[in-house]
Amino acid sequence: MASLWFWIVAAMVATYVVLDGFDLGAGAIYLVAAKTNDERRRVLRAIGPVWDGNEVWLLAAGGTLYFAFPQLYASSFSGFYLPLTIVLWLLILRGIGIEFRVHIENPVWQEFFDVVFSVSSILLAVFFGAALGNVVRGVPLDATGYFFEPLWTTFKLGPQTGILDWYTVLIGVMGLVTLAAHGSYYIALKTDADLGRRARGFALLCWPLQFFLTFSAMVATYFIRPEIMTNYGKHPVGILVPIVVIASLAVMLWANPKGKEKLAFVASSLYISFMLVGAAFALYPVVLSARNHRYDLTIYNTAAGSHGLSVGFAWWMLGAVLAIAYFVFVYRMFRGKVQLGEGHY
Amino acid sequence: MDSALLIHRLHFAFTATFHYLFPQLTMGLALLIVVLKTIGLRRNDPVYHEAARFWGRIFGINFVLGVVTGIPMEFQFGTNWSIFSRFAGGVIGQTLAMEGMFAFFLESAFLGLFLYGEKRLSPKAHWLSAVAVFAGSWLSGYFIIATDAFMQHPVGYFTASDGSLQLASFWDFVLNPWAGWQYAHNMSGAAITGAFIMTSVGAFYLLSGKWTAHARIFVKAGVIAGCLFSVLQIFPTGDRQGKMVTDLQPVTLAAMEGLFQGQSGAPLVIIGQPDQQQGKIDNPLQVPKMLSMLTYRRWNANVRGLDSFPKQDWPGNIPLLYYSYHIMVGLGTFFVAVMVVASLLLWRGWLFNAKWMLWILMLAAPFPYIANTAGWMTAELGRQPWLVYGLMRTEAGYSKLVSAGNGMFTLLGFMGIYMVLGILGLFLLWREIEHGPVAGHESASNLHPAAEAR
Repeated sequence: MASLWFWIVAAMVATYVVLDGFDLGAGAIYLVAAKTNDERRRVLRAIGPVWDGNEVWLLAAGGTLYFAFPQLYASSFSGFYLPLTIVLWLLILRGIGIEFRVHIENPVWQEFFDVVFSVSSILLAVFFGAALGNVVRGVPLDATGYFFEPLWTTFKLGPQTGILDWYTVLIGVMGLVTLAAHGSYYIALKTDADLGRRARGFALLCWPLQFFLTFSAMVATYFIRPEIMTNYGKHPVGILVPIVVIASLAVMLWANPKGKEKLAFVASSLYISFMLVGAAFALYPVVLSARNHRYDLTIYNTAAGSHGLSVGFAWWMLGAVLAIAYFVFVYRMFRGKVQLGEGHY
Repeated sequence: MDSALLIHRLHFAFTATFHYLFPQLTMGLALLIVVLKTIGLRRNDPVYHEAARFWGRIFGINFVLGVVTGIPMEFQFGTNWSIFSRFAGGVIGQTLAMEGMFAFFLESAFLGLFLYGEKRLSPKAHWLSAVAVFAGSWLSGYFIIATDAFMQHPVGYFTASDGSLQLASFWDFVLNPWAGWQYAHNMSGAAITGAFIMTSVGAFYLLSGKWTAHARIFVKAGVIAGCLFSVLQIFPTGDRQGKMVTDLQPVTLAAMEGLFQGQSGAPLVIIGQPDQQQGKIDNPLQVPKMLSMLTYRRWNANVRGLDSFPKQDWPGNIPLLYYSYHIMVGLGTFFVAVMVVASLLLWRGWLFNAKWMLWILMLAAPFPYIANTAGWMTAELGRQPWLVYGLMRTEAGYSKLVSAGNGMFTLLGFMGIYMVLGILGLFLLWREIEHGPVAGHESASNLHPAAEAR
């Protein structure tokens, strides 16, 4: 049962990153790719009806994590106290950046919220990447099952790590580039004319960086955590992960210049999902690794009681089916290229 | 109290109090918007659709503030109250996860459709999206209340070998009797906020002589809903909630009422200042034997006072609890008085010309916020010194590794950001109100003279 919930939470996190990832990425390229007020409104219009729903995946994944692995929720959220709080502030600023800009037709007001929206999106992408980096690298858990990490110590991988060190910053930058590319594919898909062209160009620019960072991250991860390969050795099915990652990178490179926007976006979504699934696959059954592996948190020592987990599966399935139905419906309603002049973005 | 505990309590109290300023209006307006849309659809009346669209815009601004201030609430269970999360997560994780899966997805998906999809949807489908937003927001309320109800009155759990609480019976937990009445009381309170705000804006337009056709709809809908829910707020929901406190948290009842000495034929204190050192109420204005009557339906029933309970089980801040409760009850009584009079005037057809009443209705807008906040303070201060009633004390539950200094850093950060949010929100809401339901001061009603006669 606990294994099942491990994969459910992993799938929800991947869904969150794929969905909110494109609106975060759209925010990251926003100031550069969208120059005129008209173009910026089209970017906001492209993400406006969906960004809040996308963000609900974060809340739902968090809630599900709390429900299935309360001990993990308690340890990781209190240990990552400072970066999580900063993430909350950024989410707040980003939300009002998107929603409050439209209310006043004044260039100063709009410029202000443009910058708030874009900068908070960029920082969030970096922080989410760094968070993944922390989970993979390991945190200073002790025998009580708790830890507290400062934002940074020496940027080296000592015994008392900080949230940010060279490794997590590397993963953070990879997160930013990945989501910027992802957002570019989405904007290219949803808009046309100069804006669509610029988004495509931006994605093209991201590609070599993304390629380079993917491989550096893999090498760096192997370097700091050689045991990350154990599960891949034990379960040959894991070979799918690098195959899909490489294939989706290739498809992105091929599809984008050809104007196959949908294909490029799908490839980028697959790339993100499989990078995350690959990390989860490598960590399993560890859910939060400790710098000292004796204190690793695993699905076994963090899961809720088995009755609660079985009951939860029944309502979770129902909830997930409903949620997917809403999403399919909403995305179908707002399909196609963005037209200005209806609704209020 | 050690300083880290104080900071973590303030952290949650501040962010929760600020957050709840928004959902109460969201939930109240969601209901009223459905009413407006339903009437608009049935009568095919454009003024009602304009009214619904106007309140949709107010709703949208308010909703965004509710969402962005709500995300930190879920996170804080883990960040600031991790020992509690580890202890109770096996049970309350259920409702918190369900809130995301069932309520937030529904609400967020259909709010996008409601706000931006009116041109793409048929009128019926657009009405349905309003209903879905209403259902999502009211469902969300239930999951949070059920979570709080577990902390007030834990049921449906067992204690596992590692000391944590785990789910024993899903239905016992989700259908906690405490949750039922608390939910009814809370949602009625949210509906009161929605009704008073709608009435207030309508009264403002009538007094300013602008958008009078819309304003009459606002005042009419607001006063009818306000009257209904103000009465429901006291009876049966408030009364039953009080009975539950009497039965399950008797020490809380004594502290709320300022009853230091238990007695038969206990009086009800209306006004007075509790003096905890001397164990009495200063300058009391009280109704003899009324408290016995209200709690046990007998004039001479014995009500246990604070002296019947060991001091370490008293709520930590008795004066604040006493005032919160009295402010809530006092305002609740005031709401009934105002709304009953306004309803009578509306029934006789005098309300739209009764300037004095319109002034009262316009200025009453802040009070439901105060009453709802005071109500929550009563519930949560009354739960002290327990985090989970009878099972975990508050001082045991916070994150021990998050120092007071780090806690204060983030508390100050939230205060700063929320101050900006508050100012921006008020500014934008005011602009929306000033801009009015339709461009210019005229409205569709002028094209349909019949609408004016309503």
